[in-house]
Amino acid sequence: MSAASLTATAEGERVALAATGAWTAERAAELEEIIDQTVRRYQGASDVVIDLAKLERLDTFGAWLIERLKRAFTGRGSTARVIGLSDADRGLMEELQLVNRAPGETGAAANRIAMALDAVGRAVAGIGWSLVVLTQLLGALTMVIAATIAHPTRLRLTSVVYHLERVGWRAVPIIVLSTFLIGAIIAQQGIFHFRTFGAEIYVVDMVGILVLREVGVLIVCVMVAGRSGSAYTAEIGSMKMREEIDALRTMGFDPVEVLVLPRIVALVIAVPLLTFLGSMAALYGAGLVCWLYGGMTPDILLARLREAISLPTFTVGMIKAPFMALVIGLVACVEGFEVQGSAASLGLRTTSSVVKSIFLVIVLDGFFAMFFAAVGM
Amino acid sequence: MTKNETVISVRDLVVGFGDVTVLDHAALDVFEGEILGFVGGSGAGKSVLMRTIIGLLPKRQGTIEVFGTDLAALGERERRTIEQRWGVLFQQGALFSSLTALQNVQFPIREYLDLSPRLTEEIALAKLEMVGLSPDVRGKYPAELSGGMIKRVALARALALDPDIVFLDEPTSGLDPIGAAEFDELIRTLQRTLGLSVFMVTHDLDSLHAVCDRIAVLSEGRVIASGPIETMLASEHPWLKSYFRGKRGRQSQRLVHH
Repeated sequence: MSAASLTATAEGERVALAATGAWTAERAAELEEIIDQTVRRYQGASDVVIDLAKLERLDTFGAWLIERLKRAFTGRGSTARVIGLSDADRGLMEELQLVNRAPGETGAAANRIAMALDAVGRAVAGIGWSLVVLTQLLGALTMVIAATIAHPTRLRLTSVVYHLERVGWRAVPIIVLSTFLIGAIIAQQGIFHFRTFGAEIYVVDMVGILVLREVGVLIVCVMVAGRSGSAYTAEIGSMKMREEIDALRTMGFDPVEVLVLPRIVALVIAVPLLTFLGSMAALYGAGLVCWLYGGMTPDILLARLREAISLPTFTVGMIKAPFMALVIGLVACVEGFEVQGSAASLGLRTTSSVVKSIFLVIVLDGFFAMFFAAVGM
Repeated sequence: MTKNETVISVRDLVVGFGDVTVLDHAALDVFEGEILGFVGGSGAGKSVLMRTIIGLLPKRQGTIEVFGTDLAALGERERRTIEQRWGVLFQQGALFSSLTALQNVQFPIREYLDLSPRLTEEIALAKLEMVGLSPDVRGKYPAELSGGMIKRVALARALALDPDIVFLDEPTSGLDPIGAAEFDELIRTLQRTLGLSVFMVTHDLDSLHAVCDRIAVLSEGRVIASGPIETMLASEHPWLKSYFRGKRGRQSQRLVHH
């Protein structure tokens, strides 16, 4: 294949251009430069003839460049003609005469400040909207729960048990392991710093209260949000993408009853149980560190723990757990229903489900702290 | 239009999964500049043959030659050059859902050719218009497009690099009869203007009558017949008889010939 080129012969205001070689995709980059140069050089030309008789090959890329060359001249008011077109290429050239006629999207000089304000505005509206949707789903769920209490057989027990196994039972190893490590780390740090004051024994108080009231339930919720919340969003989201949710609706099923209720019931049961297990594992980890690193014997440790914590310390943590489970489940399902057709949207919603539920869990924890302080627990 | 040059030549091809042998010593030729309609019962392995040719499925035995070169003998880079010379339209379109229609068409151009952004965009828009879409679809995401539009954008993407061969996997499935007829017409027009060779897996008898130069029939893992529609109609093979001369076959014959 010989190199593609364009030779020009000018006589006054008449310019004859002859295209040679293969005008194809592989050469499109160099050809574009050639035609741009040609257009610039013969700005004054009033009559342009483009001769294609010596062309070896022409594809869409080359044909479009010839069309662009022609339009560059005619756009300026000169006349431009294409001659020497072979029969095989005629159809292609004719086809390309019709394209790219619409005015391109004018990239209206986007104002950066306006764009930033626009983004902020949309984000705020988005937060408001997501609260509305969350409340809607909470309402729908309450209705379904009321209906289920009236007719307990409507609860999909198989589905609840299935989800309970997935979000509860299978989460046990990773949650026990993480909380065990967190407890051990807190105890080690406590001993290290409390030692300066000779107050090592109070590490037991710190770990006991911290773990049972706050850390146990928070760590479990973060793990559950990342592990099960994201799965809920992805499942419901891909069902939405494949119109499975619409199919359920047309068959007369309520997606909230079929999909949301069993998932949330499973979470509300699983998270308190996991919180209990997690807290015990954290205390165990802390105790082990106190014994091996801090030199406290187990009986001293237990005696100190018995003095430091009371039943309310434990119940405060456990009361919070089901509410946090509800928040995680609601956010995960809402985000799932918000998925639009594309894979990108599914990814976006899954991320946002995890981020939002962790954030809301922390906010809720703050409210609980104020509430328990007010009631004196 | 020369009909002698073979662009795809499949010989003795065996493909299977586990214990199941889907293609059993199948042989097939596609000639330059023709539209080959590839038919067969559901599950006969039409898509399997197509996917084996384009390299998505491994073969157990046999040779596949494209443009006269054996694909199995090629290295990574030579294979890439061959792959640039074919385009594939998947059954569901397989548009990238995170890219707009225009970006979908630009994608192969941008990856394979080093062109200016302006030219890339102009060519992509030209392709969209050549498949009969208005330039307004450029900014739309696949989720916002109708089934027919998705097929057209996918066709534009398959044609993005000006391939010599296009593989179409059931291009008219899921389209209404009017849309399907328009799509057939479009394939015919593009095949003529761009000088394409077309390998079309189809179930659509109207397409077979209207646009295919030749038809190949796959049954029980082999290509049992190939030739123009007249040959198929004249055949006494029981499967061909019921396929082409069954009730639906007769109807579409009438539609086309009268």
